[in-house]
Amino acid sequence: MTSRRRIAVAMSGGVDSSVAAALLRDAGEDAFGLMLRLSGEDAGPANRCCAPADVAAARQVAGQLDFPFYVVDAREAFEQSVISPFLSGYAQGLTPNPCIECNRSIRWGVLLEHALAFGATHLATGHYARVEHLDGGHILRTGLDARKDQSYVLHVLTQSHLAHAIFPLGELTKEQVRAHARDPRLPVADRHESQDLCFVDGDYRAFLAARGVAPNPGPILGLEGEHLGQHSGLAHYTLGQRQGLGIASRQALYVVEKDRARNALIVGRREQVGRQRFDLAHVNWIAGAPPAPTFEAHAQVRYHAVRLRARVECRADARAAVELEATQPDVAPGQSAVFFAGDICLGGGIIQP
Amino acid sequence: MAPANVYLDHAATTPVDPRVLAAMLPYFSETYGNPSSVHAYGQRAEAALESAREQVSRVLGCRPAEVIFTASGSESDNLALRGAAFAERERRGADTILVSAVEHPAVLKTARQLQQQFGFRLVVLPVDACGLVSPADLAEHLSPQVAVVSILYANNEIGTIHPIAMLAAQCRDLGVVFHTDAVQAASQLPVDVGELGVDLLAMGAHKFYGPKGVGALYVRNGIGLLPWLTGGGQEQGRRPGTHNVPLAVGLAEALALTAAERQSRNAHQQRLRDRIISAVEQTVDGARLTGHPSERLPNHASFVFPDVDGNALLAALDARGFACSSGSACKSGTPEPSETLLALGLPRRLALGSLRVTVGKDTDPQAVERFLDILPPVVAALRRPAAGGK
Ligand SMILES: Cc1ncc(COP(=O)(O)O)c(C=O)c1O
Repeated sequence: MTSRRRIAVAMSGGVDSSVAAALLRDAGEDAFGLMLRLSGEDAGPANRCCAPADVAAARQVAGQLDFPFYVVDAREAFEQSVISPFLSGYAQGLTPNPCIECNRSIRWGVLLEHALAFGATHLATGHYARVEHLDGGHILRTGLDARKDQSYVLHVLTQSHLAHAIFPLGELTKEQVRAHARDPRLPVADRHESQDLCFVDGDYRAFLAARGVAPNPGPILGLEGEHLGQHSGLAHYTLGQRQGLGIASRQALYVVEKDRARNALIVGRREQVGRQRFDLAHVNWIAGAPPAPTFEAHAQVRYHAVRLRARVECRADARAAVELEATQPDVAPGQSAVFFAGDICLGGGIIQP
Repeated sequence: MAPANVYLDHAATTPVDPRVLAAMLPYFSETYGNPSSVHAYGQRAEAALESAREQVSRVLGCRPAEVIFTASGSESDNLALRGAAFAERERRGADTILVSAVEHPAVLKTARQLQQQFGFRLVVLPVDACGLVSPADLAEHLSPQVAVVSILYANNEIGTIHPIAMLAAQCRDLGVVFHTDAVQAASQLPVDVGELGVDLLAMGAHKFYGPKGVGALYVRNGIGLLPWLTGGGQEQGRRPGTHNVPLAVGLAEALALTAAERQSRNAHQQRLRDRIISAVEQTVDGARLTGHPSERLPNHASFVFPDVDGNALLAALDARGFACSSGSACKSGTPEPSETLLALGLPRRLALGSLRVTVGKDTDPQAVERFLDILPPVVAALRRPAAGGK
């Protein structure tokens, strides 16, 4: 056996992972494609992710690039680790981000395990992020193109994940990837760019209803407890949301809080929205430990949110307390807050109610 | 590039033997006539076709006129079952079809179609844990009402060999037509139809180092068959269509070589098979041999492993350079356990983790050792945690 690296490429049939695969192939790497089957064909509402058409597209790309391609059944793990926690979080009125858990337990769990079992030394994905392998450890950096950066969803990775990680798109801009995507070996156009909630095809509420998460209507209350209207279920609203409340009011009202104990949606004026301090649980530090017990960094509280300065105080049991430089309107329990020092992603955790 | 690949899937298909290829080549562009033509071109093609038929008949121990060329093992099975079922119903009103529960779909689905679309009664005979139909079960269901019985000679998924001579004799005693699917068996077992006592026997060339796209069906003289392709008078009108001379020549040459080299091929394959079975049983946790421990094809080792996704296992082995197969092969990644494995009484949890390793006449023993080194860690890496755990 040689000590050459062998790369499993996570393929989805979409442009990003196809371009990633083509780049590796053209660099002369020893690569093969892997795709996870995450949902059944006919169980419940159609799944946009890994539909048979996507499998066919990915298989075709692999064929064009002349490397082996395999589909692995991960439906059970996906249901257990991603969909059901998502549904139960939703039922509690939280706004969970299933992509985070999917990255942790599916892509960098099941998929990486399979890649290694298949004899790969590395796993490449089409994420816009960079990884630097140093003697002292592995560093996750933001993608060079800030508009496409996806390091946020990768903050759950550990040193042992990163040791195997390759992100061929991390150094590229969106335009460069588009140019590569015109490669005749690749699919003509992105049928759907990877988005959050790959497992929901179209109608969110129909999906929830089909999965037995019945909407649970309740009152909309002002900050003083005054009854202002009726909400259709806490999970349908996000903090800071203004539109779609169905309240006639002279001044603009925003979702300030979800009172899950009373199943009430609390609304208020713009300046009353948001949080500056919050706690995190399930914190992961990519380096294995935080930079210091208490430190300052830039925090991102949502996928694609702007980063704000923050002070982070680490606690026992993978918890932390965060204070932002200013109140943020959309600090949503269930979402993740992720910390950066310059372009280095330090890690993050789940925002607590 | 990927490591040099090792092919351990000879039950799926085999490479064309260079001697077979050489025998076929003149019949594409040189001797290309239509055997039905009157002129010399046709006569030369006909001579080649008929000598191929004779070559096959010598191996089968039958008359040349009892050999029909078809386009695949599946087609031979279809013609045998459908042809005999209709002919027997017409001749004497028999309307029942008996098949084993472990037939290849070429037989099983044909039988189901005859039942669902054409009013036949179908009895699927159960098998024991090794995949064998019991003579007592067969006897119990045999009656003059039975039009045709089909029991496969050797099983493609589990390698089990049926005692065909004994089962065929039971049918002959009652005058019931007996068909055997010998598509797997013909690559390794004797196919003397006199000794087997069968009325119909199907095979396909690509399982024994012949070309794909050609099969043969033995039809005992006097057995009625309703053709299900209609057209010209080729193959006594039972299988019309201009003959594929080069493929018929290829099948005949491959079958003759197989018969001539049977002993040495089988000795080589059986050594490797026995090595694989004993090594896997010792080194892979929970491994279970499927099929019969001794009455099995000399080249055939098949297993189930608990809590392993058989498709992922095949993919992992392929990625590491070893081409194998399973009972539930499915490229889309949504595994369903094979009907054959379920018919043995295996629970789903085991049936989903199947692996079939079939060696060939040219399989390198060192490659087998490399395979045996790599299999246990790959199975271990893919083993799912017990249900409920994380
Ligand atoms: C037992 C058995 N019967 C029938 C067939 C069908 O043969 P073919 O695919 O050549 O038509 C096969 C091939 O897999 C087989 O193994």
